[in-house]
Amino acid sequence: MAEFMRLLFNELEKIYRRKRIAIVIGILVILIPMFVYAQFREVQTTVERLGTADWRVALQQQIIDSQNRLNSSRIPDEWRDWLQVRVEQLQYYLDHDVNPNAPGAPTFVRGFMENGIQLFIPLLVLIVSIDIVSGERSEGTIKLLLTRPVKRWKVLLSKYVAMGLLVSLLILLVGILSYVIAGVVFGYRGWNIPVLSGFVIENGSLNTRYVHLLPQWKYILMAYGLGWFVSLVVGTIAFMVSVLIRSTAAAMGVMLASLIAGGILSSFATSWTDAKYLYSVNLELTDYLAGQMPIVEGLTMGFSLVNLTVWALAALVISFVVFIRQDMLQ
Amino acid sequence: MNRLINPVAEDTAIDPSAVLSVRNLCKRIGKKTLVENISFDVYEGEVFGFLGPNGAGKTTTIRMLVGLIKPTRGQVVIGGHDVRTSFRRAMRQVGSIVENPELYGFLTGWENLKQFARMVGNVPDERLHELVGMVNLEQRIHDKVKNYSLGMKQRLGIAQALLSRPKLLILDEPTNGLDPAGIREMRGFIRRLVDREKISVFISSHLLSEVQMLCDRVAIIQHGKMLTVSRVDELISSSVDKVEWTVTPMDTAELLLKQDEEVKELVVTDDGRRLTCRMPLDRISILTRVLVQSGVDVHGVRPVVVTLEDLFMELTGGEGIG
Repeated sequence: MAEFMRLLFNELEKIYRRKRIAIVIGILVILIPMFVYAQFREVQTTVERLGTADWRVALQQQIIDSQNRLNSSRIPDEWRDWLQVRVEQLQYYLDHDVNPNAPGAPTFVRGFMENGIQLFIPLLVLIVSIDIVSGERSEGTIKLLLTRPVKRWKVLLSKYVAMGLLVSLLILLVGILSYVIAGVVFGYRGWNIPVLSGFVIENGSLNTRYVHLLPQWKYILMAYGLGWFVSLVVGTIAFMVSVLIRSTAAAMGVMLASLIAGGILSSFATSWTDAKYLYSVNLELTDYLAGQMPIVEGLTMGFSLVNLTVWALAALVISFVVFIRQDMLQ
Repeated sequence: MNRLINPVAEDTAIDPSAVLSVRNLCKRIGKKTLVENISFDVYEGEVFGFLGPNGAGKTTTIRMLVGLIKPTRGQVVIGGHDVRTSFRRAMRQVGSIVENPELYGFLTGWENLKQFARMVGNVPDERLHELVGMVNLEQRIHDKVKNYSLGMKQRLGIAQALLSRPKLLILDEPTNGLDPAGIREMRGFIRRLVDREKISVFISSHLLSEVQMLCDRVAIIQHGKMLTVSRVDELISSSVDKVEWTVTPMDTAELLLKQDEEVKELVVTDDGRRLTCRMPLDRISILTRVLVQSGVDVHGVRPVVVTLEDLFMELTGGEGIG
């Protein structure tokens, strides 16, 4: 155990000294203000357009817009179902006098995770995980690691645990930085704003039987928990790719391709339901929380959680089996 | 020249007194045989050379010695522990640099040493300071390794290899890429190490002069197979000495020398000004008198020390070395 802790310390030191944490913080500090400003402008435009700052009017307008689109005949069936559910949900918010977009830093924190969980957060995860093994191989330092009186699986485990710790730190950083930066514009209050959760979609329509009010902080905790889980899964798959592919650039390419494929597929693969088995189609776990209808048929919270768990476990097993047996040539 | 080839009996048991004992080591990848039936022993306190041209299988063999590659067949035992079955105990006895000394460039030299110290166990800082002094890196140890020269990296590499006070040091082409001063320094360092710390050193090289200057015994490999294992001095003294004659007129001298039955391989050198032959050195004085008495002017007689280069040519049938 003492030996493992020393190995873990080594791995953390290497990632830290490679400035990976600094890069992640840098990206967040540059991009979050941009997102905050974009949202601020959005609110301004809506107020100007409607001539009032009342959210009820804005929500009402949103429902009318959606209904107009629903009445258009050129909209595909799958989109129709999705919009239908969305309208019902907005109506539910309106009927219960709950503002789904109440201004405030906590709302931004929530929205940031909801929008980033599919691609942005996984990209940050790749920064800290993609070269954790391949980097040592391409630099040749793997020889120094594996000719020590330490078993190979222990070396790899220390790397995996280090990756897991950094991913956790990353989620924490996303939450803290988005709160601190968004608060400057939107104010720091709003943790206890009620948020609706528990929407169930059955046969293309919204079942509101289980809908309940949550204080926003509880909802954020759940959303970030899901974000953490998604990040760990993406990190584990990147870890496997890092073991299998010696070139960091190639490994990054493979991960990006698979992540973006998920985004593309979930936007138009409505009739190819087998796409749901790809891990990256299952990343938007927060959508289930918010009650949005998934585009690909057959996706549920349960399915996605099981799917991602299976992907992660398989990646982990492959990583260890391959790494322990691998001949370190060159 | 078969008398020079005296390979280790292949199927003999592991020698328990050896620090490193290798038996019938083979590595095949696909249909390609990289290393075939390599067997040798390295004993305490000796410098063992592993000589062969580039691509002969030296690095593949070294990778098998330190467990980076699994042998297809054969056994590697270090300090009595089989590398495959008791990896940790075997690795405790070894320090190694495989190919280039690749260290973490984004860390300082000191941080690199700390990293490896943590992997070995608790190596006290005093030991690290001692090693830094030994490899003369005190001035630069807190600089980032990416700013080191190759020689400094090589020395830091040796420091990390010596961290756990190994019985065996494995160095893969330690002077590759170093300038002449660096090579001399490295050579002196290795000798001091063997004298002071009583450790065994296994050195691979494609430079014969290197092995000749540093090693007690040498294994010569080519195309993945072992040609011979022998003491370096025996290898040299066992061969007939070469003598170079600078004489005029050449044809008379050639005729006279040819008549002596102990003179062999008499040839005119490429530039046509000298004669070389193989003969016992104690016959030089007799033959000089014979030549002078027959009116041949002897301007110079020079015994040419046989190098491993010549030996290699003979062992491989004139194929030379990379």
